[in-house]
Amino acid sequence: MVTNDNHQVSPVTLTFTEELSAGIYMIGFKRTFFFRAGQVIGVALQQNGPRRLYSICSGEQDEEIRILYKLVDNGYLTPLLSGLETGDTLWITEPGGEFTGDREPAVWIAAGTGVAPFYSMLRSGLAEQKRVILGNRYLEQFHFFDEFDTLLGENYIRCCTAETDEGAYSGRVTQYLAEQAELDPKLKYYLCGSAEMVVETRDILISKGIPFDRIISEIYF
Amino acid sequence: MQEKLFGKTLEELKALSLNLGLPSFTGRQLCEWLYKKEVSSFEQMTNLSKKARALLSENHELGLQLPVEEQVSVDGTKKYLFTAANGKFIETAYIPDGKRSTVCVSSQVGCKMGCLFCMTGKQGFQGNLTAGEILNQYRSLPERKELTNIVYMGMGEPLDNLSEVLLSLEVLTAEWGFSLSPRRITVSTIGITPAMLEFLNRSEAHLAISLHTPFDEERRKLMPIQQVYPLKEVLKEIRSWDFGRQRRVSFEYILFRDYNDSAAHVNELSRILHGIRCRINLIRFHPIPDTPLESPDESTLEAFRNKLNAKGITTTIRASRGQDIWAACGLLSTKRLQK
Repeated sequence: MVTNDNHQVSPVTLTFTEELSAGIYMIGFKRTFFFRAGQVIGVALQQNGPRRLYSICSGEQDEEIRILYKLVDNGYLTPLLSGLETGDTLWITEPGGEFTGDREPAVWIAAGTGVAPFYSMLRSGLAEQKRVILGNRYLEQFHFFDEFDTLLGENYIRCCTAETDEGAYSGRVTQYLAEQAELDPKLKYYLCGSAEMVVETRDILISKGIPFDRIISEIYF
Repeated sequence: MQEKLFGKTLEELKALSLNLGLPSFTGRQLCEWLYKKEVSSFEQMTNLSKKARALLSENHELGLQLPVEEQVSVDGTKKYLFTAANGKFIETAYIPDGKRSTVCVSSQVGCKMGCLFCMTGKQGFQGNLTAGEILNQYRSLPERKELTNIVYMGMGEPLDNLSEVLLSLEVLTAEWGFSLSPRRITVSTIGITPAMLEFLNRSEAHLAISLHTPFDEERRKLMPIQQVYPLKEVLKEIRSWDFGRQRRVSFEYILFRDYNDSAAHVNELSRILHGIRCRINLIRFHPIPDTPLESPDESTLEAFRNKLNAKGITTTIRASRGQDIWAACGLLSTKRLQK
């Protein structure tokens, strides 16, 4: 997502950088503001530089704000971000956005780095009565496995397309959903990922009887 | 693949000429040929030296292309399919209406915005169009000489491809380009606030904003963009912007049966648009495959318009055009993709 608005930016010093799996990175800095789980912040390398929006991938009470991103080789920001080290400066906006969780029963569905807002919700104590369906190409890309698995158990579903594992469904998230005999139309369904993933998943949910006003989507663009 | 010239600005064509060892004024000559005269080859650029023409054709192509498919409606509306650089398809509509003739151009192949009511969104996103590809839809339209207006309301979100859209607007309005008045051009957006502000700063074209419901909760179920750039922020920026006397902001409102067509919607629209000099274009929803949304009946549409007008908001119903050839934008190119 691109942003360049008039929101003020503030400098932060990186306290954490790590490549979590091939091409998937996480960076972090000390939290100096309040936010709601699921919100995004704008990130830039210079004060007046182009910004991109990223979901916050930390709990509301965590001391560090973390961001999860995928390196896009021909992208503008991620190749530069991936070269940063702890101690480097980043410019960030205030948090914003309305894709926020609550305590109602819900299904969280994501692919790739779309897991970030749901991890934020999980770390913010919103995991009760939730089912999480995540999609990735490789097993190593299911980051935060231990926390999701511990808190959600059988309500944590991994859909893996390129590798097989005893505890994981083999195939895409959309395939998994299409195979479900029935889905609860009273639940809220939160979707996060690319436009293709969100649109396709939304169509499947609607075709299986989920009212469209129970589906809340955030698209990474 | 050779670099295409069509869509480049005067400065870009001057630089390109210098790179080829040609005088910089060749750039202005190229503008004349590309944007003011009807040429289809370098050979027709008769005020360029033979050497210049040879160098240009060795290193570049014009970048013009004709539509590959055409559909004609009983009401005169036509829909054209053009091929984009990535081999995918884009749609362009020609809409004659009395003395006014409008071309509706696409700005992207597919779209990333994922609006629930949009057929283009179901294609996913397949790429941005270049300024040349956007402009070619205008330049290569068989009815170009009849055109009075250009709207950026075809496939894609124009402000998600801001740099190329701004370049295309520069070529359309510059004295060295097509010399069109920006008052004949409207760019539509779903409300990407930062890009909208940049557009307002760097262009004089009219702005149309897809609104579709005044209520945040409803809007976020129709349009995922609402999560990131809420309508209230969009309106806050619009309210503080000086549009002057000539420039216009309008709001697009697709009416869906029993979803956004109540008296409460009229009242809330009146409240949130208070103080903004604007108009609302009401649009009948034309159902797309597998949609949960329904079209309103004619009486509801008219009553909704009348109530808004009574509240002091100039509201018109957009005439449904070309219904027999396109139920919705994106349908023709989707079918072509599936072939």
